[in-house]
Amino acid sequence: MAKQIKVSLIGNPNTGKTSVFNLLTGLNQQVGNYPGITVEKKEGICKLPRGIKAHILDLPGTYSLNASSLDENVVIELLLNKKDKDFPDVAVVVSDIENIKRNLLLYTQIKDLEIPVILVINMADRMEKKGISLNIPLLEEKLRTKIALVSARKNQGIDKLKKLIVSYNTLPTSPCVDALTFEPEYFDRLKRIFPNQSIYKLWLVITQDVNFRKVEKNSKGITPDFEIKTESELKRLQQKEAIKRYQFINNTLKETMVVDQNKATGVRAKLDRILTHGVWGYLIFFSILLLIFQAIYDWSSYPMDLIDQGFAGLSEVIQVNLPDGPFVSLITDGIIPGLGGIVIFIPQIAILFMFISILEESGYMSRVVFLMDRLMRKFGLSGKSVVPLISGTACAIPAVMATRNIENWKERLITILVVPFTTCSARLPVYLIIIALVIPDTKVAGFLSYQSLTLMLLYIIGFVTALGGAWLLNRMLKMKSKHYFVIEMPGYKVPLFKNVFINVIEKTKAFIFGAGKIILAISIILWGLASFGPTQNFNKAETIVAEQYPNISSENLETKVASYKLEHSFIGYAGKAIEPIVAPLGYDWKIGIGILSSFVAREVFVGTLATIYSVGSEEEATIKDRMAAEINPVLGGPLFNFATGISLLLFYAFAMQCASTLAIVKKETNSWKWPVIQLFFMSGFAYIVALIAYQFLK
Amino acid sequence: MKTTIASLKKGQKAIIQEITTDRIPLKLLEMGCLPGNQVELLLTAPFQCPMYLTINDSHLAIRKEVAEQIEVRIL
Repeated sequence: MAKQIKVSLIGNPNTGKTSVFNLLTGLNQQVGNYPGITVEKKEGICKLPRGIKAHILDLPGTYSLNASSLDENVVIELLLNKKDKDFPDVAVVVSDIENIKRNLLLYTQIKDLEIPVILVINMADRMEKKGISLNIPLLEEKLRTKIALVSARKNQGIDKLKKLIVSYNTLPTSPCVDALTFEPEYFDRLKRIFPNQSIYKLWLVITQDVNFRKVEKNSKGITPDFEIKTESELKRLQQKEAIKRYQFINNTLKETMVVDQNKATGVRAKLDRILTHGVWGYLIFFSILLLIFQAIYDWSSYPMDLIDQGFAGLSEVIQVNLPDGPFVSLITDGIIPGLGGIVIFIPQIAILFMFISILEESGYMSRVVFLMDRLMRKFGLSGKSVVPLISGTACAIPAVMATRNIENWKERLITILVVPFTTCSARLPVYLIIIALVIPDTKVAGFLSYQSLTLMLLYIIGFVTALGGAWLLNRMLKMKSKHYFVIEMPGYKVPLFKNVFINVIEKTKAFIFGAGKIILAISIILWGLASFGPTQNFNKAETIVAEQYPNISSENLETKVASYKLEHSFIGYAGKAIEPIVAPLGYDWKIGIGILSSFVAREVFVGTLATIYSVGSEEEATIKDRMAAEINPVLGGPLFNFATGISLLLFYAFAMQCASTLAIVKKETNSWKWPVIQLFFMSGFAYIVALIAYQFLK
Repeated sequence: MKTTIASLKKGQKAIIQEITTDRIPLKLLEMGCLPGNQVELLLTAPFQCPMYLTINDSHLAIRKEVAEQIEVRIL
């Protein structure tokens, strides 16, 4: 078998690199993280003519080889390290016809590294409409490469690209521009000291830390005594380099490209005027948001109900057909609900990512960033944090995953850390039942009820806390991250179904395999804590309950036994153990158990209370009646009074009670540090706020 | 007072003058924000920030503080 050709796809963001990658690899691709960092790594296999296969690596979008972000650094580290297992046999630089000038800057840099390079000019189908014509043979000669004109949209040119990849070793490897001629003395000296190295590589190593971070220079063969230049001198030289490259590019394009200005259409200008308008722009954005919310709440509820029923049904089938015992209980009460807890999020994640991917592909997302940037800056965030924060109202999991397009690591981290404060849909069942219990059902001003106002207030509290948290973190985190805010405003495009589809599949897969393991593990641990007890009381529950209630019906007996068992299980004792801690918040040990179990997921609270109050059904009205009748063991009077209710609402608003979110934060930050900080900080804050609220109100 | 990109009006075109590299991110230079190139202010977000420009045929948005650092000669 022939060896696999290693191909690296490189290009500016928004050039359609992903489309080219998808066309080459289809569904033969996988997404992961680079070892040790959270930059996305996309790889795939491509079948080439004559039975040859290529391993395609889709490198993060980069504007140049001077790294200013982790994303870009990945590209440089790979291209500088010949020993890397992914070091390409051939680099494919993807450019887009409308931004070819800027795209070629990166191309000339890659070419200087003396590896075979193929240039892809994407969106070739737009050339005619834009009145652009290219002299390809002349351009190939000037750039010393082979060019593939590709239209990902119309599926054109991919075969040509594949042929070029197969015959990569016939490509010239010489540079096409003498970019480093602006300071001959310096570079001649460099060449004399390191005769065997490519001068441009040396230059990259020398200048790397000017922009991004210190690199270990000794390992690359550069001695410290050579660095006679100061940082600003080096920066100056980099500017000269950029000018040199642009001179070459401008001259080349003058000879090879003709643009008929009359044909350039003004669609972009017209759309921009509306979509970024001071009034219409925001109105359109909020309408789109409303549509997304509606979709996430409404559309997803049908598949979610189906999934819920499906897993409940599966549990029942197993329970009926297999003999009772701890093993069956593990499957039906531990593993199946655990899996169900993962699968149930799929519709929400898929719908959200469908929208995000459509908005991004169409070019609209950059306009949102543009519109919202100023507002978000006050809180240490940027326009790019808007979408994740808003997605958080549906579910924090896809929201955390949606932070990936924030290049600035500090901004991204802050966004990840505050997203769980926004009111996600899992809080709703808890909010609804407690509001119904403690807030009077009276109307203010004729049509607004106190209850709906309370709910709205809780949503607002979530947002305000998220922004406040960001503000605080921005001041607390002493993290060095170079701040540059330059966003490209890409042209508008109709999204490609294939790209959206692949993106949704990949994101959903990333969630299932990334967060799924941890959720499942925690579900099983929790099942263990609830299904075993330290004393004989637990094992003899049936007999004890039967003795206490001799005349009870068999159905009631079952729920009483379940309640008795939960009380005497490990988690029951834990609930009692934490009673002194939660008593100042106005809770008893039963609520304590509810809180402990809802550290997996908030919505579990209602179900746990149903079990512990031994209400047979999870009907809201039934649980509500039972809760209303509950008496406070210490103070007397109803347990769920106004003070306790508000305290609980606030606790649920702030506490980090979602194993899935913690799991995804662990995955996205690549460390346990941040999810652990999140857990303790948020829950501690929740405790203090709930404490103050209860003590004031009681 | 110096004329900078920040003082451009909507639709105005200008030529970028000498640049003090220290205060402008290299990224912006690499995207074509170099002396001699043309810049046009297309739109601004509310409160003049960010600014949406074409520089060297690229469509970019930058914040006002950076725009204030780039000297231009209005055409």
